[in-house]
Amino acid sequence: MTTTQEHPANPAASDADRPIGFGRIQRKEDPRFVRGKGHYVDDITLPGMLHGAILRAPVAHARLVSIDATEALAHPKVLAVITGKDLQGLNLAWAPTLSADVQAVLVTDKVRFQGQEVAFVVAEDRYAARDALELIDVEYDILPPVIDARKALAPEAPVIRDDIEGRTNNHIFDWEMGDADETDAAFAAADVVVSQEIVYPRVHPAPMETCGAVADFDPIDGGLTLYETTQAPHAHRTLYAMVAGIPEHKIRVVSPDIGGGFGNKVGIYPGYVLAVVGSIVTGKPVKWVEDRSENLMSTSFARDYIMQGEIAATKDGKILALRTNVLADHGAFNATAQPTKNPAGFFSIFTGSYDLQAAHCKVTGVYTNKAPGGVAYACSFRVTEAVYLVERMVDILARNLEMDPAELRLKNFIRPEQFPYANKTGWEYDSGNYEPAMRLSMEMAGYDELRREQAEKRERGELMGIGISFFTETVGAGPRKHFDIVGLGMADGAELRIHPTGKAVVRISVQSQGQGHETTFAQIVAEELGIPPEDIDVVHGDTDQTPFGLGTYGSRSTPVSGGAVALVARKVRDKAKFIAAAMLETRPEDLEWEKGRWFVKGDPGVGKTMAEIALGAHGTVALPEGIDGNLDAEVTYDPPNLTFPFGAYICVVDVDPGTGHVKVRRFVAVDDCGTRINPMIIEGQVHGGLTDGVGMALMEIIEFDDAGNCLGGSFMDYLIPTAMEVPDWETGFTVTPSPHHPIGAKGIGESATVGSPPAIVNAVVDALAPLGVTHMDMPCTPARVWEAMQGRPRPPV
Amino acid sequence: MQIPASFDYVRAADVDNAIALLERHGPEARVIAGGHSLLPMMKLRLARPEWVIDINDLTELDFLVREGDVLRIGAMTRHTALLESAEVARLFPIVTDAERVIADPVVRNRGTIGGSLCQADPAEDLSTVCNVLAAQVIIRGAGGERVLSMPEFHQGPYETAVAQTELLCEIRFPVRPRSGSAYEKVERRVGDWAVAAAGAAVSLAENGTISHASVGLTAVGLEGTVSEAADILAGQQPSEELFAEAGRAAAAACDPMADQRGPVDYKRHLADELTRRVLRRACSRAAKTQEG
Ligand SMILES: Cc1cc2nc3c(=O)[nH]c(=O)nc-3n(C[C@H](O)[C@H](O)[C@H](O)COP(=O)(O)OP(=O)(O)OC[C@H]3O[C@@H](n4cnc5c(N)ncnc54)[C@H](O)[C@@H]3O)c2cc1C
Repeated sequence: MTTTQEHPANPAASDADRPIGFGRIQRKEDPRFVRGKGHYVDDITLPGMLHGAILRAPVAHARLVSIDATEALAHPKVLAVITGKDLQGLNLAWAPTLSADVQAVLVTDKVRFQGQEVAFVVAEDRYAARDALELIDVEYDILPPVIDARKALAPEAPVIRDDIEGRTNNHIFDWEMGDADETDAAFAAADVVVSQEIVYPRVHPAPMETCGAVADFDPIDGGLTLYETTQAPHAHRTLYAMVAGIPEHKIRVVSPDIGGGFGNKVGIYPGYVLAVVGSIVTGKPVKWVEDRSENLMSTSFARDYIMQGEIAATKDGKILALRTNVLADHGAFNATAQPTKNPAGFFSIFTGSYDLQAAHCKVTGVYTNKAPGGVAYACSFRVTEAVYLVERMVDILARNLEMDPAELRLKNFIRPEQFPYANKTGWEYDSGNYEPAMRLSMEMAGYDELRREQAEKRERGELMGIGISFFTETVGAGPRKHFDIVGLGMADGAELRIHPTGKAVVRISVQSQGQGHETTFAQIVAEELGIPPEDIDVVHGDTDQTPFGLGTYGSRSTPVSGGAVALVARKVRDKAKFIAAAMLETRPEDLEWEKGRWFVKGDPGVGKTMAEIALGAHGTVALPEGIDGNLDAEVTYDPPNLTFPFGAYICVVDVDPGTGHVKVRRFVAVDDCGTRINPMIIEGQVHGGLTDGVGMALMEIIEFDDAGNCLGGSFMDYLIPTAMEVPDWETGFTVTPSPHHPIGAKGIGESATVGSPPAIVNAVVDALAPLGVTHMDMPCTPARVWEAMQGRPRPPV
Repeated sequence: MQIPASFDYVRAADVDNAIALLERHGPEARVIAGGHSLLPMMKLRLARPEWVIDINDLTELDFLVREGDVLRIGAMTRHTALLESAEVARLFPIVTDAERVIADPVVRNRGTIGGSLCQADPAEDLSTVCNVLAAQVIIRGAGGERVLSMPEFHQGPYETAVAQTELLCEIRFPVRPRSGSAYEKVERRVGDWAVAAAGAAVSLAENGTISHASVGLTAVGLEGTVSEAADILAGQQPSEELFAEAGRAAAAACDPMADQRGPVDYKRHLADELTRRVLRRACSRAAKTQEG
């Protein structure tokens, strides 16, 4: 069990215990962050750099009649005003999305959501660029918008995507997983069937750093350097090459320090493309950085799933089957970032942690006049929605059966001997041991005592709730035969170079947005080679400096890139063996490895450290046939399967009976992410994710009015949680390594974001149970909780 | 970065200088105190002053002094100073209650009571507090000083009696014997504006009956105080039934609007619920106060 007290107060003071490899060490990147020395896109200033600003549509649905930029162009500091018409001339008005759709870079025909990009001003400074937006005269012909996803497929609904040949409705896709007939049969045979509509409202990743880019096109050599807020620099480069026609070797994408991504920075936004066009047009570097409202209103949202859930069970609580019909609101363009073959991401993991006879889901995606994007926000490709659905349904079933929700879960878990476990929707869970995690969380929470306290409080009319969520994620896409993004297989590369003095640099294809890559990946190399983590530089985020790979999102860095780094270190270790043998004038098979050195079997005094071997590799030792004079290696890792982290969360809330205000009093989080590389970083990821969960459960929502105005366009309206809304997190862990991952690690980046909302909502509903409440949708704001208490809970959309 | 429209900036040296600058720069000039209402509006270009006159050097407006039966508060007194004042907490716990739930420390360190009252946002907590405490405000212009009651000062949402070339200089709270006060707010998150809030001040007679009461509401479309509640309470012995009756009167008197913070019926319910709570607390505080 871990607690925060375990942290060494001053790691320098305990240097002797500093792990060379896995263990609790402070993050190598933090000195620059805590001193304000991080270097973000907006910190980049290039000689002669110009500034861009985007004019955005004030309405959700309107035909573009005319744009008059004469006055803006007359502004003394304005160099260019780019419109959709200009882009049409360059064949850049529309760009492919990550989901086989196209998205307007600038409006040419019709505005399709409020905040959509209409024109781009390039000026000498940011102020002038912003001022000039007001000088552009745009005439719109307002059209009725489609805001309610439930009405998007109605025959009378206006067709949003009339740009697509032959489009007569707002339907994007239908996608099914599981066996419908088998599931129907299981439902027919069940004693108990419970159903509930469950809405996961639209939320926003809202990273602290908004999105932006600095584009530097060199008109002489035709090269483009693009500094961007991106979680996937290599994928972006390839896409720019495909779309803009600039040869890939002439493009360098640099993703410097990133102030939070959460999926918000996976896709390519019109602003990035416009910065590039601006640079090409003016021949100067162009910076574009969006403001907070632009980020909230126009960039990738998350969720927006209306789920009709049904669960079937025997009367003694054996869960038989699950099925769900989902209406997915994708906004105006289908721009969700997800593997090509998975239009609903990994939603089919909605069978959760339970051994079911059958399961079936159907997801229907629709267009609405809202910002595009989706899947963003620490959701592991819709695992968030899936876990929320199953964990709410199991709780609703427990209430229906009058069973304790912990008991019901324990009764239905996939048992340890069933792993690897093939679920009913095509996943093979790599490893799991659910009961110990559940029991540990109950023990940490004092579950029985909490139930006693609750019973006493109920007597007095106080509203206390206890909520459980037990989640299983599927992360680390992915085997490339199954998972690609626009045709690029989801594998990752790593290159390791040991310098002559034994220091090292490892270059990775994933990109940190705060996850601690520079520490975690150094620790993986350290564990494999015995080189202290502080002697290992981790390079990421620059396509000129790193091998190809698909980037950081969906908790894939450790499962995929972590595997690559372990394997590349092993390759170096193997090579070091041959060099050591040459140096020791012995045979490689006579050598044995201990962390940091090869030595002669049976003669431990005779050996060579990695530093000595590195010097030997670059020195004058005669090297064996086929071994060249360095200690470098590279790999591309294609994981054989995803990894399946899991966890048991228990939340305690108190609800003010007079106001409906919810206070999260306690939160116990037991996570199992397999091998734990740096427990402190893991806890940090969990703390952040739990805080996210409180935000979504209690306050976050991007709402729209009937006219399609976004009501969440500032932090006054889109609330994110503060330290005041969260309790002291109580974290614990179990360790069930992944059997197929080189070091047994699973992802942890999104576990808490995925796992916590259902625990909190289950707790709120549990608190309101004496009032007859069986369900309420997020966010559990005081008003919405009060409405539920009055017996009229309202879906948020 | 949200960028305001361009403007000119000048720092005033003292009150007279600030007034002179306001006169010189005409109708598009605005003073800036803590800036926590003005700057967000400027960044969203909802406010576009041509001149911003900074009054942060006007230290003569930053004071908190008791003079006889009056607590005098300078307009430039920061939220934090009000929150941390032991004297304020003793005499007017409603102020401390309110300050605790106004914004966050960053905002409270800069935001001022003068700015809050002049902003006159319908969700501004200190406007309600000043209404409930029957505060007087002192306004100065080139022509001299005016002393106004809160109903005279506060003319509606975002509207006050302060003329373009005047400055709010001081707020005065009358100190009453055997009195107590309280404030309570429901917010979606710490630092958020009120979904609804209520404030109450009561004074007790020797026999324990309520000699004077005042109830105010925030963010529910009620200007001034709830006179119906004051009438119900006057002369009565404090009791749960009495508070409930006052709560019902408050709910009936308000006129909330539905928005993202909640529907009308919820806000009306809060007017009732919070009125009861603040009366309960104000009465119990009054009963404990010895001093006038
Ligand atoms: C994130 C955030 C949350 C907030 N939450 C709350 C809350 O929960 N409750 C609440 O009550 N308030 C809240 N506020 C507002 C905060 O209290 C402000 O400080 C206050 O509203 C304005 O005070 P100021 O000194 O910053 O005024 P400024 O912004 O400087 O000025 C506001 C207006 O008053 C005028 N003005 C200022 N001083 C004078 C004067 N002496 N004479 C004449 N005119 C003057 C200015 O010209 C301007 O028009 C919040 C603010 C923020 C930014």
